[in-house]
Amino acid sequence: MTLRVLYFAWLRERIGTGREEVETGAATVADLVEELRAREERYAVAFADMTTVRAAVDQELVPLDTPLAGAREVAFFPPMTGG
Amino acid sequence: MGDPGPTSAAALRILVTEAEFDLAAEAERLETGPETGAVVTFLGRVRDVVSEDGGGLRHMEIEHYPGMTERALEAIAREAADRWPLAGVTVIHRYGHLAPGDRIMMVATSSRHREAAFEAAAFLMDYLKSRAPFWKKEVTADGEAWVAAVEKDEDALGRWR
Repeated sequence: MTLRVLYFAWLRERIGTGREEVETGAATVADLVEELRAREERYAVAFADMTTVRAAVDQELVPLDTPLAGAREVAFFPPMTGG
Repeated sequence: MGDPGPTSAAALRILVTEAEFDLAAEAERLETGPETGAVVTFLGRVRDVVSEDGGGLRHMEIEHYPGMTERALEAIAREAADRWPLAGVTVIHRYGHLAPGDRIMMVATSSRHREAAFEAAAFLMDYLKSRAPFWKKEVTADGEAWVAAVEKDEDALGRWR
């Protein structure tokens, strides 16, 4: 499947893009992270400490073990700091 | 008599914008009907920081997730309207380049009585701090740094569970 993958804040800066299309067979968000990590150093650096990374699937905040079946958009970002 | 679904008739107004907003006009917008006895507003501003060399904050960059940010703010506002008997809920949050003293965000709530309006406004602020998809970068003379989420903001949600 082809997923739209978005990155925000320091994840965007470390990976060097805010948005890309990713061809993947990953079953879960965590599997997608593993795939990206293996792909290039910049992903391995960005995803080095997953306790500081949050994920959303189709714009809903989700845990990392969430399945990707039917998903179109996955986003990765640090803990939110609104207000 | 079936369940009519969501019982709240509160008017929600959610705005994510780069532009300045008019606090007085937003408060006035909630002065609807003679039964609305209370309007509470909270205004958040960019606070200056003291850096190592005393240079302070030059500016702040606020990033958001278009689409998800609006949905998340609406969900938080709807939750407030389900918990308290509100007539109106307004949440406005800015993004982009902001200088010390600039307005970042506001919430406003209206209700028959002040307790609901005050509590709902505090609830909204607590949730916006750690559940609204915004990320802040501070630019000082020392360089730039992303603002880290703080534990006390997450802990603050405990009192609403």
